[in-house]
Amino acid sequence: MLEIKAVTCIKQERCLFESLSFSLQAGEIMQIEGPNGAGKTSLLRIIAGFSRADEGAVTFNGDDTQMNYDEFAANLLFIGHKSGVNPQLSAIENVQHWQQVHGVKDIGQTMQLLAKLGLVGLEDVPVRTLSAGQQRRVALVRLWLNNAKLWILDEPFTALDKKGVAQLQAQFQIHLERGGAILLTTHQDLTAQFAKLKTLVLEYRL
Amino acid sequence: MHTQHSYWQLFKAVYTKDVTLAFRQRAEIFNPLLFFVIVITLFPLAIGPEPALLSRMAPGIIWVAALLSTMLGLDKLFKEDYLDGSLEQLIASPYPLSLSVVAKVAAHWTISGLPMVLLSPLFALLMNLEQQALGATVLTLLVGTPLLSLIGGIGAGLTVGLQKGGLLLSLLVLPLYIPVLIFATSAIDTSMMSLAYGGQLAILGAMLAIGLVSAPFAISSALRVSVS
Repeated sequence: MLEIKAVTCIKQERCLFESLSFSLQAGEIMQIEGPNGAGKTSLLRIIAGFSRADEGAVTFNGDDTQMNYDEFAANLLFIGHKSGVNPQLSAIENVQHWQQVHGVKDIGQTMQLLAKLGLVGLEDVPVRTLSAGQQRRVALVRLWLNNAKLWILDEPFTALDKKGVAQLQAQFQIHLERGGAILLTTHQDLTAQFAKLKTLVLEYRL
Repeated sequence: MHTQHSYWQLFKAVYTKDVTLAFRQRAEIFNPLLFFVIVITLFPLAIGPEPALLSRMAPGIIWVAALLSTMLGLDKLFKEDYLDGSLEQLIASPYPLSLSVVAKVAAHWTISGLPMVLLSPLFALLMNLEQQALGATVLTLLVGTPLLSLIGGIGAGLTVGLQKGGLLLSLLVLPLYIPVLIFATSAIDTSMMSLAYGGQLAILGAMLAIGLVSAPFAISSALRVSVS
């Protein structure tokens, strides 16, 4: 599904990674590990198409992602450090806005989903008044509401409690069974058992 | 979970979000407008209430005030979305980024430009602008302020990633604003002499047409560079 071909990234005259190649098939989950500053986020941003690699290419189903970006974007769900949740809007407004911007039809389950994620009674208050973990959950609702094939998640477990982490991994399983693929960075060990788990370790290079 | 692609829906979603946010944080709407009002009301006090002098200076003052108050809100155009990651989500959406950009610029104009157009007859009166120039003032503002928002959007897109991009933004945008200012005030001047000002207005219209077609692409490229 996703193929990374000899990608090199240089930042501030430091080579983060060189000629990195790997591929990700449907049903596979890949965890990228490495110390702070090793280039995990840079790699994810290159794959998601926000930054250009200094060398190499990223292809999705055989097509270069940069050539036909909007088509790739239709199959992509990206949640980064900055999760794209507006603090002035309420949880429900944030979710609905995200759905409209991504062309996902509202099937009227948003309230139930927010309740499932422990946001009962908090749907209508501005997100800035919520705790860090609750704000994170508002962003992660998207995992239940999309039909993207490829999920790219940068530290999805940040600020989540144990129950939240478990819920998230259960949703990962469902996505993988549907034939999706997941690429994530996390410093925590995945507690759930994934049949097709790949690990990529990035070293801190000087 | 069916995907439905509708450009109109995207436009509506991005536009309503920005306008809703502006109405929740009232200062954002009223700051540029208040600035516009203050500048125009201070001029008669400062230069004396001589009607002939005021009416001669009115087109210039109204237009300079409109230009500066548009610039006041520009650096906020993409800032919030850049900081909270919404911009990345707009890029990673199946819709073209340039369309979201048009919606954001339209929202900016609704908040900063449109109130000035609507209030301009009142200020024309305050500045003792002659009756026959009233139409030209409103029309030049109606055609000119969207153009200011579009051009400003390019600067805002280029500087959104900078910590203090405000000064750079003004330097980038001001030279491009000058033709708009010249043709707009020239149209009002001409109308004060009871001459046809269609020519200047047509040039402004042509600039707006070019801006509408090309600025969204320039802005979205600028944003992609800023985000990377």
